[in-house]
Amino acid sequence: MDQADVEQLETTLFLEALYRRHGYDFRNYAQASIGRRVRRLMDKTGAASVSHMIPLLLHGDGLLPLVVETLSVNVSEMFRDPEFFALLRNEVIPYLKTFPFIKVWHAGCASGEEVYSLAMVFKEEGFYDRTTIFATDLNPLVVEQAKAGVYSLDSVRSYTANYQQAGGQAAFSDYYMARYGWAVMDASLRENVTFAPHNLATDGVFGEMHLILCRNVLIYFDRSLQNRVLRLFDESLVHGGIMALGSKESLKGSEVAAHFQAVNAKWRIHKKIAGGAPDMVTGDLDGAGPLEAGLEACGE
Amino acid sequence: MKALSGPGRFDAVVLGGSAGSLKVLLELLPRLPGDFPWPLLAVIHLHPRQEGRFVTLLDQRSLLSVKEAEDKETPAPGHVYFAPADYHLQMEPDQTLSLSAEERVRFSRPSIDVLFDSAAQACRSRLVGVLLSGAGNDGTEGLCRISEQGGLTVIQDPAQAEHPAMPQAALDALTALAALGVGGPDHVLSSGGIMELLVSLAEEACGQAGGRGAAPEGGRS
Repeated sequence: MDQADVEQLETTLFLEALYRRHGYDFRNYAQASIGRRVRRLMDKTGAASVSHMIPLLLHGDGLLPLVVETLSVNVSEMFRDPEFFALLRNEVIPYLKTFPFIKVWHAGCASGEEVYSLAMVFKEEGFYDRTTIFATDLNPLVVEQAKAGVYSLDSVRSYTANYQQAGGQAAFSDYYMARYGWAVMDASLRENVTFAPHNLATDGVFGEMHLILCRNVLIYFDRSLQNRVLRLFDESLVHGGIMALGSKESLKGSEVAAHFQAVNAKWRIHKKIAGGAPDMVTGDLDGAGPLEAGLEACGE
Repeated sequence: MKALSGPGRFDAVVLGGSAGSLKVLLELLPRLPGDFPWPLLAVIHLHPRQEGRFVTLLDQRSLLSVKEAEDKETPAPGHVYFAPADYHLQMEPDQTLSLSAEERVRFSRPSIDVLFDSAAQACRSRLVGVLLSGAGNDGTEGLCRISEQGGLTVIQDPAQAEHPAMPQAALDALTALAALGVGGPDHVLSSGGIMELLVSLAEEACGQAGGRGAAPEGGRS
C-alpha cells in the first residue's frame, strides 16, 4: 500500500465517521472530487493527515460546520446557462401553466442564486402566484444564506448579462437593493419559497412536485447515489411532471430512464411519462425529517 | 486500488494547454494512429464559445475519435476526451471520467491541475502527462504530482512554445523536484518531438501486446 492508497483508506474512514457520528452522508460521492475537498479540509484545519481529523469529528460538534461547508460544493450563480433559462421561460412554463397550481422542488440550491433566478422568471411570466417553490440543500448554513438572499454586489452585477441573454424582461437592478457593496434581493422573490435542509443521500420524498430542478448536483455522486436520487425524483414527480438536470447529467443507464421523455435533450429537460404517482410510492422517509419541520415552521 | 488495464507501461495520457496550445494539438492529434493504445484526456483553456467547434474540427481531422467527456464515462483507447467548457474533468480511482462544476482552480475551470492530479491518483506510474504552451502556471502542480507517482512527464520546450510561461513554470518545478530525487522532467520537446514520442510509445506498447516486439526499453520490471 503506497501513500495514495493510505490516504484513500483514511478518507473512507473519515467519511464513515462523519456519517455515523453526525448523519451527513458523503460516502457515495464521486471520489476524485470528495478526495480533493477532504484534502482542502486538512489544509484548513492544519491536521497532519486525514485520519488526524477523525477524533475531532467523533468527540464534538465544533468542527462540523467547517466540515460540511468544505465538503459540499456551494458554487452557484444566477442564470448560469442563459439558454436553459430561456427554454424554461418559453417552453416549460407555458406547459406548466396547464396545471392550476404547481409545486417546484429546487434540490441542491446551495446559496440560492438559482432560486432567485427561477422566481424572477416565474414572476415575469405571471405565474409566480400559482407556484410554491421548495428550495433545499444538505447544508443548513447555506440554506440560511439562500433565505437571506444577500450577495456581493459585484457578483450580482456580473449576472446582468446572463439575465438579459435568458430573455429577462425587466431591469435586473430592480430585483435588488445595493447597500455597502452588497446586493439585497427583493423579498417579494421569496414570498412563495420555502427554504429547508434536505439531504438527497439520506432523506426521502416530501411532496408531489410538478417541476424538479437539480443542476450540477448529480455529477458529484457515484452511480449508485445518482440512481438513488433519480429514483427519489421519479417518485416525487406527478405524471407529466418536468425534471431538469445539469447539461452534463444524463439519465442514460439509470433505472428510471424509461419513465422519462426528453423535452430538450441538450439541456436535459425531461418529462415523466410513466411510473408510479407519488402517492403510490412508499419512500424510505421514516417520520418527519428536517424538511417537514421546516414546512410546519412556515405555517404550511 | 489502481487497475492495471492498459497495454504496456501506461493506462492513459493526459494533456494540458492554454494560449498557443490549440495549434500544437491541431498538428499533434491528426498524426497519431487510430489504434493508439490509450485514451487521451485533455484540458485546454478556451473561451467557452470556441470549445464545441474545436472538438468537431479535431475529430474530423484525426484518425482518433475526439469528443467532449461525459460524466461517469469509461474512457476507451484511441479516443480523445476534452473537458467541456466550464467544467473540470477528472479521472476517478476506477479510471472512469467525471465532471465537476466546483470552484475555479488557478483561475481556471477546467483546470489542468485538477485533471493531472486526479489521473495521477488513479493511474500512479502508468500515466503520461503532457504540458503544452500557455500563460500562467496551471498544470505545474499536477505535473509534479504525476512525476512523484512515477509517471512520465513531457513538457513542450518553452523556447519553442508560443507562450512559454506555463511550460517554463512546470519545467522549473520539476527540475527542483529532480534535485530532491523525487522525479523530474522526463522529456522537454518541440511539438513534433512530442508527436514522435507518443507514436513510439504507442508502437512499443502495441508491439508488446501483439507479442511481436522484443522487450521494450524501460519496460516494467
